[in-house]
Amino acid sequence: MPQMNMVQAINDALRVEMRRDSRIVILGEDVGKLGGVFRVTQGLFDEFGGERVIDTPLSEGGIIGTAAGMALYGSIPIPEIQFADFIFPAFDQIVSEVAKFRYRSGGEYPCKMVIRTPVGGGIRGGHYHSQSPEAYFIHTPGLKVVCPSNPADAKGLLLASIRDPDPVLFFEPKRIYRAGKGEVPEGEYLVPLSKASVVRPGSQVTVIAWGAMLFEAIEAVNRAASDGIDCELIDLRTLWPVDLDSIIESVKKTGRVVIVHEAPKSCGFGAELISLINEHAFVYLEAPPVRVTGWDTPFPYTLENEYLPLANRIHPAIVKTARFE
Amino acid sequence: MEFVLDEIYRVLSPEGEILPNRQQGMSDELALSLFRHMILTRLLDERLTAIQRQGRIGFHIGSMGEEASILGSTAALRSNDWLFPCYREFGALLWRGMPLKNYIDNMFGNANDPAKGRQMPDHYSGKPYKFGSVSSPIGTQITQAVGFAWAAKNRKDPLVTLTYFGDGATSSSEFHNGANFAGVFRTPTVLFCRNNGWAISVPTERQTASATFAQKAFAYGIRPVRVDGTDLFAVYQVTREAIEQISNGGPPVLIEALSHRLSGHSTSDDPRVYRTEAEMEAERKTDPITRLRSYFTARNLWSDAQHEALRTELDQEIKQCIDLSSKVPAPALRTMFEDVYQTMPEHLKTQWAECEAAPRAAGHGSPGH
Repeated sequence: MPQMNMVQAINDALRVEMRRDSRIVILGEDVGKLGGVFRVTQGLFDEFGGERVIDTPLSEGGIIGTAAGMALYGSIPIPEIQFADFIFPAFDQIVSEVAKFRYRSGGEYPCKMVIRTPVGGGIRGGHYHSQSPEAYFIHTPGLKVVCPSNPADAKGLLLASIRDPDPVLFFEPKRIYRAGKGEVPEGEYLVPLSKASVVRPGSQVTVIAWGAMLFEAIEAVNRAASDGIDCELIDLRTLWPVDLDSIIESVKKTGRVVIVHEAPKSCGFGAELISLINEHAFVYLEAPPVRVTGWDTPFPYTLENEYLPLANRIHPAIVKTARFE
Repeated sequence: MEFVLDEIYRVLSPEGEILPNRQQGMSDELALSLFRHMILTRLLDERLTAIQRQGRIGFHIGSMGEEASILGSTAALRSNDWLFPCYREFGALLWRGMPLKNYIDNMFGNANDPAKGRQMPDHYSGKPYKFGSVSSPIGTQITQAVGFAWAAKNRKDPLVTLTYFGDGATSSSEFHNGANFAGVFRTPTVLFCRNNGWAISVPTERQTASATFAQKAFAYGIRPVRVDGTDLFAVYQVTREAIEQISNGGPPVLIEALSHRLSGHSTSDDPRVYRTEAEMEAERKTDPITRLRSYFTARNLWSDAQHEALRTELDQEIKQCIDLSSKVPAPALRTMFEDVYQTMPEHLKTQWAECEAAPRAAGHGSPGH
């Protein structure tokens, strides 16, 4: 099985699907000859040509608005927003249009597309190359939200997203784009949406993470293990619709939960997860659920490692939760 | 290249006579058919406004004064062309084949509404009629029309899209994005600006310092046209020409159709707050229906008796539809949870069950509210 990093795995997924389905069109800023600022679409322009791998004007609203029109026509657009921080000019098209088309037209007009965008911090990008805006989109009925943590999942989830009938926001954790290689199955390989992965089974504390923070959670869970605390670590993979069953099953077993995300704490996705846990597993809880997240500040430049919920903050949260009486 | 566009294309004089060197440009049969349709939309505006005032429906947004602009352009489309509407173009939807009954069902948001009662009145969609889906945010349909045409062009599918928007929408980022993408990728798109002088209460001079809306086309490398939007023949001819030129590989076209809004913005608006009666009275003289009626009457193609008979007949039909639609119950509760996604996810199944188990809300199921 070939070894790939996440960039290569996503590129491979796009190539596999574009060869299979001529309706697929990639559009975005610098996605053509350059292959994207992170080189995720490298080589696709040469293979599929300028009508399927399209460099657009510098306009996120125009990219998603025209992609919506393409989707209505029957194409399968895969627009790239260069950084998730730049998605806001397209917010109206995503939230008011793409997410609502099927519903508002009484089912006449599906508006299926996969919006790919690099997300998260850790690359010294300051405010505008680091944010994690998933909560805005999870909050919008009609959208699905995916965030892989490793190359194989990135490929499998992207293929599943492209074949899904609904619009998907595919957040790519850029901090781990090239962090390491893993085995990625060749050709067609699908990882189903809305299925979490139990990365490490355990009995005492449930730790929930996704994307780049999964590796910080792994580090923290390993440190906790040396303290004698046995954690169960869940990688959500699909954020919405979330795999509630896996979460609840785990929390019923452990009674204790720590949730990790980069986005600011207040009204972040962790808040929703804790509400769901309260609704479905309240009587099993033995400690208050804990969030380890980015602070409620804009994303900083120099102090980004103090902002991010890295292992140094996750580990003590696990210990405190495990020992809560 | 000339960057100021002074000429406004006209075929009819204000009195309804064909101007020198101009022609009707369509068969009498089509002209009369469009005329009847203009009367139908006018009557609908009158009726729907009346039943909104009675509290039977929640809202109506009409096209009084813009019937020629809407129907002249829609009639110019070929059967394979697609239309991306704003929210005033129910006349176009009916012209393209949606049964009146379905439109009235939409006004009531009842169980038979094709949009399943999910949107406010006049937010219809009509895929079988190659007609998009209405949303309230301004200008979003412009980029979508461009994207649709672009996808078709790349598939060698020879269709053209036409998108409607008001003068106010030219201030939106969507207009800029749409016109820019259309120009750069030379998409087969007609951008049809219905300049009726007002964006609710804000006049055109607050939308732009440009001398005309049409001249914005120059900046995007697309072709501008200005036309009298109260002149059915003129609108039909410029739209037809635009579609033909685009089909032959010409650039996208921005048509600015000048007309007057002979009513408020919608039933929620009161134009007396920001307009004088004298102004509005002067504009009523530009009524496109009156003008066409004079034209047909002078040609002995139309009589007062025919006019009254048609009004009575259409009025009956509208009343019957209103009567029937008003008795159709509200959509079932489950429709609130369907079509959010193709397959209902677990969390929506849970919420649907929770909703069903809850006591019904006050006023549940009263159509039109």
